[in-house]
Amino acid sequence: MGIIAFLVLFPFVVALALLLIRNDRGRGVLVTAGSIVIAAASIYAAASFFSGGAAYFDVNEAYEPLSELIGYAMMAIEIALAVVIFVLGVRHRQPLACVLAAAQTPLMVWFELSEGEGIEIASALYIDQLSIIMALIIGIIGTLICVYALGYMKDFQRHSHGEPDRRPWFFFLLFLFLAAMYGIVFSNDLVWMFFFWEITTLCSFFLIGFTRTEEAVRNSFRALVMNLLGGLGFVGAIIYLGKNFGMLELGTILEFASQPEYKGYFTIPLALLAFAGITKAAQMPFNSWLLGAMVAPTPTSALLHSSTMVKAGVFLILKLSPAIGGTWTGTMTTLVGGITFLMASFAAVSQSNAKRVLAYSTVANLGLIVACAGTGLEGAVWAATMLIIFHAVTKSLLFLCVGTAEHNIGSRDIEDMDGLFGRMPRLAAFMITGISAMYLAPFGMLLSKWAALESLILASNPLIVLLVIFGSSVTLFYWGKWLGKMAAIVGGQENIQGRVHVEEWASLGALVALVAAACLSFPTLSNRVVVPYIMDAFAASGSGDVLEKTLSNDNMVIMSVMVAIIILLPLLFYGRTNRKIVPIYLSGAGLDDGRSYTGSMQKKTEFKLRNWYMETYFAERRMNAIGVVATCAVLAFILAMVLGGVIAS
Amino acid sequence: MTANGINVAAALSVVAYIVLAPFVGGLLAGIDRRISARMQGRFGPPLLQPFYDVLKLLEKEPVTVNRGQDFYVACCLIFMMVTGALFFAGMSLLLVIFTLTTASVFLVVAAYSSNSPYAQVGAERELLQMMAYEPMVLIAAVGLYLVSGRSFGISDIIGSPAVGVVYLPGIFIGFLFILTIKLRKSPFDLSMSHHAHQELVKGLTTEFSGKTLAILEISHWYENVFLLGFVFLFFANGTPLMAVVGVAVCLIAYFLEVFIDNVNARMKWQFALNSSWIVALVFGATNMMVVYFASVSGWGVQ
Repeated sequence: MGIIAFLVLFPFVVALALLLIRNDRGRGVLVTAGSIVIAAASIYAAASFFSGGAAYFDVNEAYEPLSELIGYAMMAIEIALAVVIFVLGVRHRQPLACVLAAAQTPLMVWFELSEGEGIEIASALYIDQLSIIMALIIGIIGTLICVYALGYMKDFQRHSHGEPDRRPWFFFLLFLFLAAMYGIVFSNDLVWMFFFWEITTLCSFFLIGFTRTEEAVRNSFRALVMNLLGGLGFVGAIIYLGKNFGMLELGTILEFASQPEYKGYFTIPLALLAFAGITKAAQMPFNSWLLGAMVAPTPTSALLHSSTMVKAGVFLILKLSPAIGGTWTGTMTTLVGGITFLMASFAAVSQSNAKRVLAYSTVANLGLIVACAGTGLEGAVWAATMLIIFHAVTKSLLFLCVGTAEHNIGSRDIEDMDGLFGRMPRLAAFMITGISAMYLAPFGMLLSKWAALESLILASNPLIVLLVIFGSSVTLFYWGKWLGKMAAIVGGQENIQGRVHVEEWASLGALVALVAAACLSFPTLSNRVVVPYIMDAFAASGSGDVLEKTLSNDNMVIMSVMVAIIILLPLLFYGRTNRKIVPIYLSGAGLDDGRSYTGSMQKKTEFKLRNWYMETYFAERRMNAIGVVATCAVLAFILAMVLGGVIAS
Repeated sequence: MTANGINVAAALSVVAYIVLAPFVGGLLAGIDRRISARMQGRFGPPLLQPFYDVLKLLEKEPVTVNRGQDFYVACCLIFMMVTGALFFAGMSLLLVIFTLTTASVFLVVAAYSSNSPYAQVGAERELLQMMAYEPMVLIAAVGLYLVSGRSFGISDIIGSPAVGVVYLPGIFIGFLFILTIKLRKSPFDLSMSHHAHQELVKGLTTEFSGKTLAILEISHWYENVFLLGFVFLFFANGTPLMAVVGVAVCLIAYFLEVFIDNVNARMKWQFALNSSWIVALVFGATNMMVVYFASVSGWGVQ
């Protein structure tokens, strides 16, 4: 248990220290050392608890005099944060944020002081395989992003002329975010989990608004309002569970709610929790907050998209999965996820801004995870867990690549990345790795998508299967055209990659290695990590053999072999040619540089190549509008029925 | 058959595919050219002309536009062979489809890598074609899964007593529709065409020459044999009779595609995307839903 408390508290201590350090060197040392310690502690926690299954810890007993204090401290912090939101809301004229903060926190405080007092929490903390997986993602990928941010923020500061240096605040928020994420994945007490849940909301609010431009402030408030709305659902669930059952421990609640005979009693709180998860996982109709988060410095996006924030949302829904499978809440979750997957994939086609393509792809993949979790089937949850792992590794790599490209070529537009292969060959190779790993066989993401498709067919919902089929086909298109652009070899380019900071290369290199390692070890990851978790989680509701319901071992091994081949082929053979190199064909008027031709009046004319965005088919606004309307209808209809008591289970 | 026997049979069919597919594919291409010529009132080249063409390409001066392109085309061939090998080994149909996608993406990347305007337009069109046919291919896989005792395993699909096409007429029609795209036939030969009259410059293949072009041609032969294998799945039920019927239908389907090729001009890309998705929804999805609910409610299949 010590290690768990350490993982929650240590990043917090580092965060506080970072708030005080103002010079680059000190920050560099502290961030690097802190990251190494956090990553090592996460691995240590994984190693020591992995084989044991779920373990619950009694905080009351272990820290007798402290435990009550912890509760009051959390409450005090919550009140303080609510006041901060309220004041900021008034200052920036954001009535909705004020209203939500004023509704949520007093409700929570009232509950904790009245009903909550009497509820005995046997074990406030726990650890199981899923929290271990999450801890590894937070501890390894999260910290790599923090290290990357060291180099990135130097450039960022240099580019923002005359702005006061607010990097201490930035790094404080990053590490606080990590601490809160550990809190979420290790809390068994829902009140604690909610506390950390709100901290992540606040952290993302401040990170999105970091640059304090008008757009940043507006987007940060949008994120805040949407996540506070989800938080309100969370509070509702806590109050319902506390008042009616005197139960606030997630483990106990799920144990009861997963059994068919008790499922009906938990309909309302589980629907509310699923709603909270949907907002945090940026599912439609709430996806706009994640798109708006793009205004923040790139490490923020990488963190929000891969290892924190949205992963907290899918983590909660995944936890609920055995209990919501086969209920209306499960149907709601699956439909929202499926529609989000389709519409977000469509919208991604029309984007030329690299970060927005990545953002829509995140929203879509989270949709797939949420859709799988909603079915409550072992195979689907297996696929969802795999998707979480591979998405975290790959998406963080891609975001950081785009961040580095942006600082060196001055644009994050894919169209401006023409010839990146010549200008920054290593970075382009990393991006090609990341993009391929997002959607091509034999990499982990595709393998998990395949498993998701197989298990969704079993979930007796052909509509969802169609959503996934069409969504995947479009995914192929938008990644394909970006991949092609990255591979294009344009003549006469100057190599500029020497300007990239060493911290950035270190993080990028580590992430590429992680992608490769994760893809190669897919079968091991499944058998040793994910399958044991599914067995435990579905002990009550499942139907036995998990292995039967996942991809067969043969298929996984074939894919791993193919990964090995696809890694070796370019290393051994790429670029080795003894053929004569000739210029490309430009209607007989091409010049030798391969970028221009002789135009009319014998003028040298440079040609430009543009990708295809198919606005008439996949216009972003229309795709969003359709997705938002459809998901709103699903949410409103099912939530109204559930909360109104029309449906008991 | 024992497990060992199945493994031996699978290994044999993989070897047979790797060795024979180029010959079968090349021969089919020769037949295609003969039939097309007759349809156009010409006599046509010798049956073995595609082989002569490839042999000639192999002798051309080795030139290339950059250091990467030929590597990607070689990878395209390798993964095309893997696709067919997995198919004839009886592995999962989804695995096969995804590997095929990877092979096709290598081709697209090869064209992009040249940074040639003509090749890039071809590559983008190729991606569009992939987006157009992919839903129908996946729906076909799901359909075959539903009627073959709920398995994606190709050996299970072939061995299942149900004759797929009986339950999946809509999906079969839809598959034949997108087969036109996959075989690069008019009206959907948008990214590249075998016919000289279709384009001014050679689309996707503009910057490929000599050996690279030969490799691409061979990978098409591999692909075409695999695609006809997919058609075969709709008819196979483990009996020799249906196997003969299946092979016959494959040949008829190929003839039909040649016919369609010759009576159509190239259409705009909008038509390719719209029509394939509409066909996938109207024929494919509807058929899938019907089979789905039939199997859930316990009548019809299984």
